[in-house]
Amino acid sequence: MDASNFISQFFSPAAWTLLKSLGHLLMTPSGFFIWTTLLKSIILLAVILGLVSYTVYAERRVSALIQDRLGPNRVGWQGLLQPIADALKLLLKENFTPKSANYFYFRLASKLAMVPPVLVLGVLPFGSSLFGVPMTIASINVGALYVLAISSISVYGIVLAGWSSNSKYPFLGGIRSSSQMISYELSLALSLIPVFMIVGSLNLDEIVHYQVSHGWMIAPCWPQGMNFHTLLHPLVLWKSFSAGCSLSQFLLWIPLCISFLIFFISMFAETNRLPFDLPEAEQELIGGYHTEYSSMGFALFFLGEYTAMIAGASVITTLFLGGWSLPLIPDGSAGWWWGLINIAVFFTKIILLLFIFIWVRWTIPRFRFDQLMKLGWYFFFELAVANIFLAALLLAYVKK
Amino acid sequence: MIVHRKKLNWIEKLYLPAILGGLAITWKHFKKSLLGKGVITMQYPEEKWDAHLPAWYRGAPTLVKDEHGRERCVSCQLCEFICPPRAITIEPMEIPEGDPWRKVEKAPQKFDIDMARCIYCGLCEEVCPEQAIYLRKDYSITGLNRTEMIHHKEKLYEMGGVMHGLVFKWNEKK
Repeated sequence: MDASNFISQFFSPAAWTLLKSLGHLLMTPSGFFIWTTLLKSIILLAVILGLVSYTVYAERRVSALIQDRLGPNRVGWQGLLQPIADALKLLLKENFTPKSANYFYFRLASKLAMVPPVLVLGVLPFGSSLFGVPMTIASINVGALYVLAISSISVYGIVLAGWSSNSKYPFLGGIRSSSQMISYELSLALSLIPVFMIVGSLNLDEIVHYQVSHGWMIAPCWPQGMNFHTLLHPLVLWKSFSAGCSLSQFLLWIPLCISFLIFFISMFAETNRLPFDLPEAEQELIGGYHTEYSSMGFALFFLGEYTAMIAGASVITTLFLGGWSLPLIPDGSAGWWWGLINIAVFFTKIILLLFIFIWVRWTIPRFRFDQLMKLGWYFFFELAVANIFLAALLLAYVKK
Repeated sequence: MIVHRKKLNWIEKLYLPAILGGLAITWKHFKKSLLGKGVITMQYPEEKWDAHLPAWYRGAPTLVKDEHGRERCVSCQLCEFICPPRAITIEPMEIPEGDPWRKVEKAPQKFDIDMARCIYCGLCEEVCPEQAIYLRKDYSITGLNRTEMIHHKEKLYEMGGVMHGLVFKWNEKK
């Protein structure tokens, strides 16, 4: 007796035919696409939210270690259950709205701060493929533009929070944040143009695949066609290196390095992280735009901020650090275990970048507001524009 | 004194070397703390300052007896009057006939210190003419409600114990 017969005896014949037709429907191309996409979305959201809460924990532990302290180490082993305790605390607190606040916009703002960073994750290739299913929720052709557009929406949450709180500190925080995010969005988007010019596509999947074959964007040279077998043959290995390393690639590496630096630093400003955390500068503005929020309203801002950090780290990984790829490791078409390893590689890269985000936060003091604006408008903007021309010239006159 | 601002050369103006230097410093601290060295946090309930407290530490106020087991307090109520937050309440009583310390005349019938009010200022200790009240090293005074936070006479003597010497005027042999 095979499996389907065994299961069928538990159902009435009518129910069994219904179940079987449902199963067939799920395996048609469109049905398959719908349930795999749903499953991917749910799993990715769960993983990212878990990662968010443990980033908060990591922030507290790493900052403590940098400052010769211990940090939270009481709840669970080494304090690992601390995020759960924090979430419970925030859920049980009173969700207070100040009397003078505009209730509708006050409540809307915290949701607007949380949703855009989560939406950004939808187009990011977080793995190659698993059982033939591509590990991107939506592989759209305007992927990079979508990322930039959606991440700029998150400024609305902050501005609305600052305005609707009807209180001076959130108001100042909201103003600072809007001017800061608008200024840095320019250099953020402009710094990416050399990458798009070199790859010739805005599709994030294609950008990653380009990096798999041509080398990561921040690598000066890349061995071509290297795998586990060629590692044992020095001559073939040498050939793959000499084929991948050329003067033209090295020249193209220069604008990419500038791009990476501008994008990386602008990302700090875009996610309101120190040294650019003026919207919430605790010493001057108490909490900035989320001063008046409590309970889950505050938690949503907090989660939104850290989700934006993770989204930023994944964009940097996808565009410059080769996404899910690692030299010598094939993609998911070679077997489902390689697909899993690709996903692990992607998340490892994100976690390393998040560590750098935290490390920078506890090293560099905050900028003054005029310095921040000067850096954005006088320096990064000009540099990004000049960089586009440099990349264009190199692409036109240097053979790839 | 005039501190002249250093003229920066172009590498210093990029700020990147300074930022990397700063990152190196924080990394050094991170690595050292990760190995458990140089962390100065004291894990409070398990580790305490108790062994390092100085003799003059101002902890909870307590009552003491002298070397003959006599209550030193003579219920003059000076501490009750000087106490800034009015944490002390004393009800005096006469020492009954036949008591060996009858000549002292008064002793406290009730001596309450409300630790929810006490500010550990030490004025009671300073004002006491009989040196009967001392601030000891107990600092974690807890209770589940306000009445539990009131230290009665028995508790105060239990915490205070015996203090030798210093006041001899009630001792005829000295």
